Amino acid sequence: MQIEPLKQKYAQLLRDFYAQLRAIHIDQLERKWITISLIVIGLFVGIITIDALFHGVNPPSKVETVDSASLHLNKEFAEDNLGVQVDDKGNVTVRMVAGRYSFFPKHITVPAETTLTFRWVSMDVLHGVHIPMTNMSTMIVPGYVAEITTTFPKPGEYPMLCNEYCGLGHNHMWSNISVIAKENWTAPAKSSVKGGSNNE
Amino acid sequence: MNDAAERKLALSHLWVAFIAFILACFMGEYQVLERSGLISALDSPSVYFASVSTHGVLMAFVLTTFFIMGFGYYIAATSLKQPVWNKPLAWGAFWLALFGVVLAAIPLLTGKASVLYTFYPPIVAHAAFYIGATLLVVGSWVWCVIMLVMFVQWKKAKPGQPVPLAMFATAMNALLWLWTSAGVALEVLFQLIPLSLGWIDTVDPGLARTLFAWTLHPIVYFWLIPAYTAFYVFVPKQAGGFLFSDEMARLAFIVLAVFALPIGFHHLYMDPEQAKGWKLLHGIGTFVVALPTLVTGFTVIASLEIAGRLRGGKGLFGWIGSLPWTNTMVLAVILSLLMLIFGGFGGIVNASYAMNAMIHNTAWVPGHFHLIFAGTTVIMYFAIAYYLWPMLVKKPLFSESMALVQLWTWFIGMSILTTPWHVLGLLGQPRRISSVVYNNLLTLSWKPYELMMILGGLILLGSACLFIYNLAKTQLSPASEAFDRQIEFAEPIHAVESLPEWLNDFKPWNKVIAVLMAISFGYPILQFFFMNTSGSSAWGF
Ligand code: HEM
Ligand SMILES: [Cu+2]
Ligand SMILES: [Cu+2]
Repeated sequence: MQIEPLKQKYAQLLRDFYAQLRAIHIDQLERKWITISLIVIGLFVGIITIDALFHGVNPPSKVETVDSASLHLNKEFAEDNLGVQVDDKGNVTVRMVAGRYSFFPKHITVPAETTLTFRWVSMDVLHGVHIPMTNMSTMIVPGYVAEITTTFPKPGEYPMLCNEYCGLGHNHMWSNISVIAKENWTAPAKSSVKGGSNNE
Repeated sequence: MNDAAERKLALSHLWVAFIAFILACFMGEYQVLERSGLISALDSPSVYFASVSTHGVLMAFVLTTFFIMGFGYYIAATSLKQPVWNKPLAWGAFWLALFGVVLAAIPLLTGKASVLYTFYPPIVAHAAFYIGATLLVVGSWVWCVIMLVMFVQWKKAKPGQPVPLAMFATAMNALLWLWTSAGVALEVLFQLIPLSLGWIDTVDPGLARTLFAWTLHPIVYFWLIPAYTAFYVFVPKQAGGFLFSDEMARLAFIVLAVFALPIGFHHLYMDPEQAKGWKLLHGIGTFVVALPTLVTGFTVIASLEIAGRLRGGKGLFGWIGSLPWTNTMVLAVILSLLMLIFGGFGGIVNASYAMNAMIHNTAWVPGHFHLIFAGTTVIMYFAIAYYLWPMLVKKPLFSESMALVQLWTWFIGMSILTTPWHVLGLLGQPRRISSVVYNNLLTLSWKPYELMMILGGLILLGSACLFIYNLAKTQLSPASEAFDRQIEFAEPIHAVESLPEWLNDFKPWNKVIAVLMAISFGYPILQFFFMNTSGSSAWGF
């Protein structure tokens, strides 16, 4: 294949385009406005890009698959493993299953001011989960593990709401989560967290 | 030119659009009433979600598509001064699309398609819903073909001449819509229809959401372009002035159409099936597409200023007062821009990669799109209807003052409806809930805002009724022989004699779009065929 003629052709095309663009009649004032607009847009884009690349400010985007139809056979998301767990290095992981119309386990207690890694899976349809006033928000798409890392600064009782339509009972899909001061929190013994049956 | 056939074609489309609109407005008011919990007898999730699904489909798909088709036919005939190409085909598309709407309406109204207008799998509706929606889209594809053929024929007959701006915008919109609808068409044809008919057992919801996101962003520009077209080609003339710049208008439409397409992942920011690099890329593109809107805002305001000064307005702001506020087109554009400014601010929050987490899928989102879609865009649909109706039916508008009251009340009602809706979102209320049953103190703070929304909806409903009444009265009033108004397109200050080809044709941009789409959607779609995914079987609701 001949690269050189192609390169020349496209370079010419771009040169022509640029020359014609310059020839368009644009009012002085409008030129200024466009310049300002471009600067503002560049600023926004710059901030977002720097935050994403250097400060790790990114939405939940771990492309990790799971078989939602057989979660009970899945080691990680078997009922006994759900809820809050601390590993040897002290990392806190919260494993949760969403299914119509509840979050399992029904209630969890987590420490404030601690980095928490939530791992969400769905056992049926599309759900979303949001803890209002915090950025603990993610879609829970069947077939995928939604992983999100966050920290809750303030202790308190927070609602945890499903925010994606998942069927006629969608608005009944909620629970509460207790965030308690770091000092008062003790790591649950392994496998101590089981799915409860009452809502609070 | 005897355009009786064109007028009938346009009127038929516009009436379907506005009948869908008024029916959906009644549902909207029912919805705000139901979810407030004010009348406990109304409480019913199954009726609520059937209603929201129907309201969403009627507003987002039926009102818009039929309005855009009818408007496009009339713009093409009047701006190119030639009859609509292949009218039997156009009528065929009309009836096909209408049949599709009826077919989809049956499961919607009987509660067999309460999957909302976004119909995310693996929840599955009755197959008739998807098939009906497909026929509506196929009808709109025929419209696209007719618009592009007329564009090409005109250019062939008048080589080197600038295509009229109104037609240029319409053709760009047709091109945009062909590309836009391809994503959802793939989803419906290869995933949803086969799944709903039981031909396949599972689908990958991640792939489905990716394909839907392809459509979900540019579709709003498909709806918006008629409003922008009116900004550029009607408003300056109606205000008594000139269009500030013809070339910049073309550039705005081009950037709008080209950059609206490769950025749909801002709807997937919170999704696990796409990686962060792709989301960032689409996020950056999302900000680029703000540029044509900023340029449009400038051009419209500058055109209005010229008009205001020509009418004797003086001083920095004096020209605003001397604008013809009692002209429906001028009043509508002012109110539309006001809503665009507030809506645009909200849009920056949504687009911001990180801030989005606070408001994703909360009540903020319907608040935002009612403001910018039901507000900014639809108020221009009203203005276009008021402007075209006397030409379409050859009778003067029944009541100009009623039209002005209608525009004002739409603006006021929309402000009262959407302000509390945004606040509810910030207070954490999820969207798409039929009642509040959460046992948490937070929810107590929601009540007053929900009540305010009922009032806003009521004003909007009254305004919508005035609109329909005025149009119907105009059409039904006795014919007056002498009445003959012609459509007037705004003149640019600097007339354009010749244009570079890329400002006068859609074909080069088609290639650019193809490249950008391949870059931004190629790998993200292909990954599903390489990954080890396990599909989901169908679920009811
Ligand atoms: C009388 C005026 C209106 C009222 C009171 C109203 C109210 C509502 C309500 C309460 C919802 C449900 C939102 C939810 O459950 O989260 C809704 C949904 C929707 N509305 Fe409206 N609306 C009105 C007019 C319009 C107009 C003019 C449009 C667009 C042209 C529109 C487009 C939509 C769409 C697309 C949805 C679906 C949203 C979804 O599925 O999440 N509405 N509306
Ligand atoms: Cu839900
Ligand atoms: Cu979008």
